[in-house]
Amino acid sequence: MGRMSFRILLALAALLLAVGAAGCGGDDEGSGGGDGGGTLVFGTSADPVVLDGSLVSDGESLRVIDQIYETLVSLKAGTTELAPGLAESWEISDNGLAYTFQLREGVEFHDGEPFNSEAVCTNFDRWYNFKGSFQNSSASYYWQTVFGGFKTPEEGSPDESFYASCEATDENTVVLNLSKPSSSILGALSLSAFSIASPKALEEFGADEGRVDEEGVFQPTGTFGTEHPIGTGPFKFESWERGDRLVLSRNDDYYGDKAALEQVIFRPIDDNAARLQALQSGEIQGFDLVEPQDIETIEGDESLQVLDRPAFNVGYVGFNQAIKPMDNIKVRQAIAYGLNRQEVVDEFYAGRGEVAKQFLPPEVTGYAPEVTEYEFDPERSRKLLEEAGLTLPVKITFWYPSDVSRPYMPDPKRNFEAFSASLKEAGFQIVPKTAPWSPDYLGQVDEGKAQVYLLGWTGDFGDPDNFIGTFFQTPQKAWGFENQAIFDKLDEAEAETDLDAREELYQDANRQIMNFLPGVPYVHTKPALAFQADVQGYEPSPVSLESFATVTLGGEGSEK
Amino acid sequence: MLRFVVRRLLLLVPILLGLSILVFLWIRALPGGPAQALLGERSTPEAVAQIERQYGLDQPVHVQYWRFLKKSARFDFGDSTTSRRPVTEELGNRFPATVELALAAMLFSVVIGVPLGFIAAKRYGTAVDHASLIASLLGVSIPIFFLAILLKYIFAVELGLLPTVGRLSVLIDLEHPTGFYILDALIAADIEALWDAVKHLILPAVALGSIPLAIIARITRAAVLDVQNEDYVRTARAKGLAPGIVDRRHVLRNAMLPVTTIIGLQVGLLLSGAVLTEKVFAWPGMGSWLVDAIQDRNFPVLQGGILFLALVFVLVNLLVDLSYAVLNPRIRLS
Repeated sequence: MGRMSFRILLALAALLLAVGAAGCGGDDEGSGGGDGGGTLVFGTSADPVVLDGSLVSDGESLRVIDQIYETLVSLKAGTTELAPGLAESWEISDNGLAYTFQLREGVEFHDGEPFNSEAVCTNFDRWYNFKGSFQNSSASYYWQTVFGGFKTPEEGSPDESFYASCEATDENTVVLNLSKPSSSILGALSLSAFSIASPKALEEFGADEGRVDEEGVFQPTGTFGTEHPIGTGPFKFESWERGDRLVLSRNDDYYGDKAALEQVIFRPIDDNAARLQALQSGEIQGFDLVEPQDIETIEGDESLQVLDRPAFNVGYVGFNQAIKPMDNIKVRQAIAYGLNRQEVVDEFYAGRGEVAKQFLPPEVTGYAPEVTEYEFDPERSRKLLEEAGLTLPVKITFWYPSDVSRPYMPDPKRNFEAFSASLKEAGFQIVPKTAPWSPDYLGQVDEGKAQVYLLGWTGDFGDPDNFIGTFFQTPQKAWGFENQAIFDKLDEAEAETDLDAREELYQDANRQIMNFLPGVPYVHTKPALAFQADVQGYEPSPVSLESFATVTLGGEGSEK
Repeated sequence: MLRFVVRRLLLLVPILLGLSILVFLWIRALPGGPAQALLGERSTPEAVAQIERQYGLDQPVHVQYWRFLKKSARFDFGDSTTSRRPVTEELGNRFPATVELALAAMLFSVVIGVPLGFIAAKRYGTAVDHASLIASLLGVSIPIFFLAILLKYIFAVELGLLPTVGRLSVLIDLEHPTGFYILDALIAADIEALWDAVKHLILPAVALGSIPLAIIARITRAAVLDVQNEDYVRTARAKGLAPGIVDRRHVLRNAMLPVTTIIGLQVGLLLSGAVLTEKVFAWPGMGSWLVDAIQDRNFPVLQGGILFLALVFVLVNLLVDLSYAVLNPRIRLS
């Protein structure tokens, strides 16, 4: 062996030794204290956009916002049932236009400012007065969904607003006045978009400040949402290095049960396989958006655990009635009987799906106990098509997206293949069409270009209006129909403030919809989270409103 | 020499102008735009129009291009549509991460690749030579993401020696005046942070460096084989120079010429091509940033990022050309 190669061998040996020595340091990043406290590192799929609930609608922003801020109305952990939040109780006036909230006393923001009725009204007025790009629905999507427009609408914003005013009648009483009754307001107020922020911090850190650039476009410049997000929640903002970590620390002055964890650190890891390996190596203690195919691996590892979220989504086959022959109810029925939904749900959802009978998930009020059902029956499909006076096979164009995995369709192509096989049996000839999910596919479907298509929806909050109201309350190009009876029924249900009457109206609407058959819902799925086995107390919520305040580390150390 | 540099720098102007037009038109030819991508399932024609107004996308293309050009001249590429932050600021965070990873990968591939190729040439035709051939074939042919997942599985999940994601452990605080974490740790004289940053670099650098390593080893081997049969090497040996000195002064130095070319090209590729490695190791660099930007139709990031990378690529190649003159005085730059 020459001198040179010997030296290289020596160098390699040294490198290996160095790597070996590194291991002695141990690499578990999160540390569990004996008291269940310590630091928890959570792997996220991306950085938040900004930590200002009123200006975002993406899950990663909301996840962090939910720890820092609180809302007037909250949800009982793990459900869509309303519970007191920053408001202890509320009353609705008989005409459904005034909501009176009794606020919790003795609550302080992280900057020491008092929480009171004035703070609440400052927040509501701020949202109502949004200007410029804050009015884009990529920013204030939830305000627009719930309250409509703004005080001074920009070009393209909704004209009408249901928000009339906010009155601070005394220190701890707030009256919210609406211009039109809407029964979904209370549930909607549990949305992180209506998080109450410290008025002083909003002002001091320029939450609404911006400059109008040379093109006349409003560019926000404040640091409230990026460096100084201040709310009343169980965790306080500590620091944020984009692409690396976002650190929250326990709010020791919290009025309720204080968090056990001293710190929660969010670490962006956008690759699914990388998140799983980081969990296995102990660099993170939990992550969201587990792929169905990874569940077996995680369940097979006794140092890890899988947590289920209740189903809060729907996958459906949509029809565009503007493209013939979809306007014919017999054709729509024929497709419904021709889709082998049970097979698709059994085969492609790793045991995490159930066959959908209507567009609403069973957990949501207004779910109708009995609706017209369409069991797989290809014979019946053929008969229906013949009754419709069509020659078999009937040609339809069936769209499915590529480059996407959604909780309600982990692999759209496989759903498409199985569905088109069963539709062929039912007397159809399928012309396949596909495009990358966003923006191509969604754009084409929204524009009404797709005749039959795969799509779905994940709910924002536990209200039927958020599902069937979004789909069917107004005419939409994707569905291509005008059914005044359904539009009216949904308007009536939305305006009804008596909860029992409202539930019946929505049940009626669901029955009507399943007879009219604008599309065929086929699946509700349970998304999964993964954690180290010693992480206790995390309560998955159907609407992903989940708190780290109840989480403890160290397994048996979870007793309080 | 100076004239050469000036001419090459002047050439940058038409190159960047042409490229900016290509990029500008290319991203606008993609179906859909940032608005649809942002709104997803929730897009409506009104909402799309509103966002397009915000980013000036409702203007004619030549107006948009002229604005972009004016702003770019001031190194202002606008705001990212997804993070809503200035592109220049994000570039400033991500570029150092990519450079650090690329340099580490290059270091790994040169330190291992050159000696490997040299030994293979010296032991031409023996088992050592064949082994190095097999090793470098493997290096080129194993897909990076597979190698990355395998390395992580062995060194992190099974052995627990090295971290799998990010640039620094989340429990270590370090100021980042330069954005190069190794350098930042040295400046702060923080040994723990330095060691932690090095540990985070090892696996991504090995995964990313595997292909250049194989290429460098093969090129070095071929170059050494060529050079050691040259007359001047025979002369050096004949006059009784020690074999080590012949190898160092005459063989290696001359064999390094083609290797340098390859290294230069590879650095350029590493800067732009670390996409998969960055994804799998959650390394917050340019590659994963630009790929996400294509997916999101993030026009400002694509326009700014690609233009910037092109600039870097051209500059790196200029440096490589200049280094020829240093390595081989016979080459005259003109």
